[in-house]
Amino acid sequence: MTLIEVEALTKTYGSGDNEQTVLRGIDLEIQEGEFVAILGPSGSGKSTLMNILGCLDGYTSGRYRFGDKDVTGLSEAELSLFRNKQIGFIFQQFNLLPRLSAYENVELPLIYQRSSKADRQTRTKQMLTRVGLGDKLGAFPNQLSGGQQQRVAIARALVTNPSLLLADEPTGALDQANGRQIMELFHDLHAEGKTIIMITHDIDIAREATRIVHVRDGKIEKEERVR
Amino acid sequence: MIRENIRMAWLTVISHKMRSFLTILGIVIGTASIIALMTIISGVTDSINEEVATFGADRMTVQIEDASKRGVSVAELDRLEAIDGVSSVSPTTTQQTDVYVTGQTSTQSVIGKSNSYFDDSTVATGRGLTPVDVSQQTYVALLGDTLAKEAFPTTSLLGETIVVGGIRYTVVGTLAPSSEFSMSTDEAIIIPVTTALQQFHQNTISSFDIYTEAGQSETVNEAVTQQLTTAFNGRDTFTVTSFEDALASIDQINALLSMLLVGIASISLLVGGIGIMNMMLVSVTERTSEIGLRKALGATPGKIRQQFLFESVLLSLLGGFVGVVVGGLLAFGLTLVMGVPFTLASSTIGLALGFSILIGVVFGYIPARKASNLQPIEALRNA
Repeated sequence: MTLIEVEALTKTYGSGDNEQTVLRGIDLEIQEGEFVAILGPSGSGKSTLMNILGCLDGYTSGRYRFGDKDVTGLSEAELSLFRNKQIGFIFQQFNLLPRLSAYENVELPLIYQRSSKADRQTRTKQMLTRVGLGDKLGAFPNQLSGGQQQRVAIARALVTNPSLLLADEPTGALDQANGRQIMELFHDLHAEGKTIIMITHDIDIAREATRIVHVRDGKIEKEERVR
Repeated sequence: MIRENIRMAWLTVISHKMRSFLTILGIVIGTASIIALMTIISGVTDSINEEVATFGADRMTVQIEDASKRGVSVAELDRLEAIDGVSSVSPTTTQQTDVYVTGQTSTQSVIGKSNSYFDDSTVATGRGLTPVDVSQQTYVALLGDTLAKEAFPTTSLLGETIVVGGIRYTVVGTLAPSSEFSMSTDEAIIIPVTTALQQFHQNTISSFDIYTEAGQSETVNEAVTQQLTTAFNGRDTFTVTSFEDALASIDQINALLSMLLVGIASISLLVGGIGIMNMMLVSVTERTSEIGLRKALGATPGKIRQQFLFESVLLSLLGGFVGVVVGGLLAFGLTLVMGVPFTLASSTIGLALGFSILIGVVFGYIPARKASNLQPIEALRNA
């Protein structure tokens, strides 16, 4: 089944002389259960594409359907709830809240979902155990290694059981060994049937995915199936 | 959600202890001054009311100007006493004269009074004047508190003889110490008014107090004024001052003072509120990436607004709370020094805390709205 359907998507920043077109007509379809890498050099527009796919940013023209939903007309509050339920974000810099423990960081999306305390507790513990940090519930981000922090962030992304995992250079701030562990985790999640979109500029990382979408100058240059 | 909001707000506040403290200082000062001022003013008012309760609010004083030409006779006093609502009339005639007490001669105020002046609160020892003393012009006297203690420090003075203006009087009692709200009698000698008039060769009285029945003071005031105007052939040579008038003007001064001081305190609360707004704006700027992340994770604009409002309210409420404690202690110390009763009304505390919350909401609103309006993409870009 098609999860994401993008047609003739464009994005322009500014107006008049300062006008700058970042995306010039993107057509993209992603099926449920795919592991797609969006590969491109910096300035290619891949981050803008990711922000639009993640419903963090609007687009100038075109069409974007997520599942059976057209996300064009949604209000900001509706978009927040949509992101909460449908999309799990993983950032290069982990973006954990420093004053909250690992447990509280993972719990946060569930709080915005208004789920019950008992439910939050079960799912938070389950997810942290799933990423191998069942013994670090009370640890604060600064007490964890980079790899551990990224795993907390992955647990946070997974805790609402979203339809899509959206990862922006997930290994960019990690050393080889930790990056490897994170990629293994992605493979496991993919094997479990999760849909993953990963943004990267690193061809070696992109080759971990099942399909690579090459983006250059705001356009899709080519698509290649890796496996 | 509310619990999480409070917890997050608390975590933010304590993670910047010094900054938070400086931010709430304006609120602390404002609240403390409001609490202290309101407590002191209510203490002073209580103390005045207490005086009035013992002294009697239902009293008015009539002063005749130019009494040597035309005063009020004892017979006229009887007619005034007959007015509806008057419970008694207490004349006063005062003379400075030589008094010989226990071998010493000195000049003292000798005051003529009638029996109606006396009750349990005016007499310390012995007895007051009786109707018989007044009608028979007896030679009995009561000594003021200070005078009695100086003249007879150890022995009882009841039954002793003193000489007033060459005439012997028997001491029958002593006066209680004077209240702050009336002419002092601590150094005076009181004798029956009729005896005084005769001894000092006067036939009219220049000053007297009228005691009224409860709540009658206004009608009595009118009736007395009318009767005296008639008696003086329309000449306006007297003044009637009721204690209620005096009380009312004290109340008015108090109210004016309260308004003025509360106004000043409000300005400091306003400044405190602006301080909170400033700090919250800085906080929003510092935490754009946090706001973006929260939005990405599913926080709606409303929830972000809520979070920042909780933080500003927590700050202002904290300031209000510290202010109540500081103001309470300040008021306690000052009332102790001033000798007025200390009562910190729960309504005062409630008002102060309620006002703090209001300030938090009002001055937190703009920063909170600014935070909620941040676009997640703009906010995350600063990460």
